[in-house]
Amino acid sequence: MDLKLLPSSQTRTGSGNYSGFPDEALLALTSRGDELALAELYDRHARVAYGLAIRVLRDPTLAEDAVQEAFLTVWRTAGAFLADRGKPSTWILTLVHRRAVDIVRREERRRAAPLDSVEEPEAATPTTEDEIELSNRRRAVQEALRRLPDEQREALELAYYGGLSQSELAERLSVPLGTIKSRMFAGLRRLRDLLGDAGFDGPLTEL
Amino acid sequence: MQEPIHDLAAAYALDALDDPERSEFEEHLAGCPQCADEVGQLRDTAASLAFAVEGPAPPEELRERLIQQVRAEGPPNVVPLRRRRWPLAAAAVVAVAASAAAIVLGLWASSLSRSLDDKRAALAIVADPSARRVALGQDSVVSVLPDGKAALVSRIAHAPPGKTYELWVIDGGQAKPAGSFLVGKRGNPVLLSRRAVKGSQIGLSLERAGGAEHPTVILSVSRAI
Repeated sequence: MDLKLLPSSQTRTGSGNYSGFPDEALLALTSRGDELALAELYDRHARVAYGLAIRVLRDPTLAEDAVQEAFLTVWRTAGAFLADRGKPSTWILTLVHRRAVDIVRREERRRAAPLDSVEEPEAATPTTEDEIELSNRRRAVQEALRRLPDEQREALELAYYGGLSQSELAERLSVPLGTIKSRMFAGLRRLRDLLGDAGFDGPLTEL
Repeated sequence: MQEPIHDLAAAYALDALDDPERSEFEEHLAGCPQCADEVGQLRDTAASLAFAVEGPAPPEELRERLIQQVRAEGPPNVVPLRRRRWPLAAAAVVAVAASAAAIVLGLWASSLSRSLDDKRAALAIVADPSARRVALGQDSVVSVLPDGKAALVSRIAHAPPGKTYELWVIDGGQAKPAGSFLVGKRGNPVLLSRRAVKGSQIGLSLERAGGAEHPTVILSVSRAI
């Protein structure tokens, strides 16, 4: 009886009374036209999604567009995604990222400064359980990134935050395309291992 | 120098392919389960990069705009229910017949327990021609009468030790408990202890024995009644 159990969610402060529902259940409700379920998904993921969009686009208006369009796609296609059985948080962030990259390429606005050289706003002291978890997670990913070999980190950052294509990366760094591919692949693998060691196995559905 | 297309998985996960490369790879993905698997994992890791960013909170208006647009657009196209609809409807009929036979055979002669009353009430709902049938996941169907009385027929496997299945009526963003049961098949049908009003949805979750106030492990949610 092929019953895949869905992970339970942690308690969180969210919209309405869907706070105890796992993301998968919210997607199921969303696919049936439940606005409250979509709003809860938004409340859970919009913070990270918007931060990512700002990082790629460097423009609040464009970042809002990217996030809004991504969540509209969630609204329209949640049912189709459910069949894929992937992680909802990965799917949502992928939609936001792809949208942001498409816009940045269209707008020719790409900036590709590595993460470390960017002045990040100082975080307010996290108060809620969610904020603390988010802040722990941010530190863990930043730390894992720092521990990557320089050329792997550079490839991942220029591609993911800068929106550069692999060909543009090869040109910019004056290395063969094959080398870029290997760096991205090895970098992602290494990052996964480092995050696994730190107890963060990819985005948590609960986050 | 022709690179094998599998090599594009990492670049794809990072959205580092240009449009033609992306289309080509997606075409390949559709027919290559290994690559699809690989991309799934790489994407999880790529998405974790989003968590390294320290950024401002999204403006409150963005949330409002999204909700407004969603309302204006209306509900998404309803996803067609997956197969098994027919076999389940048939299972419901079989369950009615089997349980009715059991009753006739004097199962209930021992005592008219409350559970047997419930069972008979559930049977009556399932057998009622005015009942609407709503799929609940792939293994269950809920029959709902116009007045909201509802019963579940399921072929779900026995709940794991120490666990129970719990039914919920979800309405206006609130999930209210509607009874629990341990096993599909022989346990059929199960009477819902709460009416499923129009517009509500039925949920099925797995809970610790004794049930829960709020659903924790949701297994499936029906479409709106």
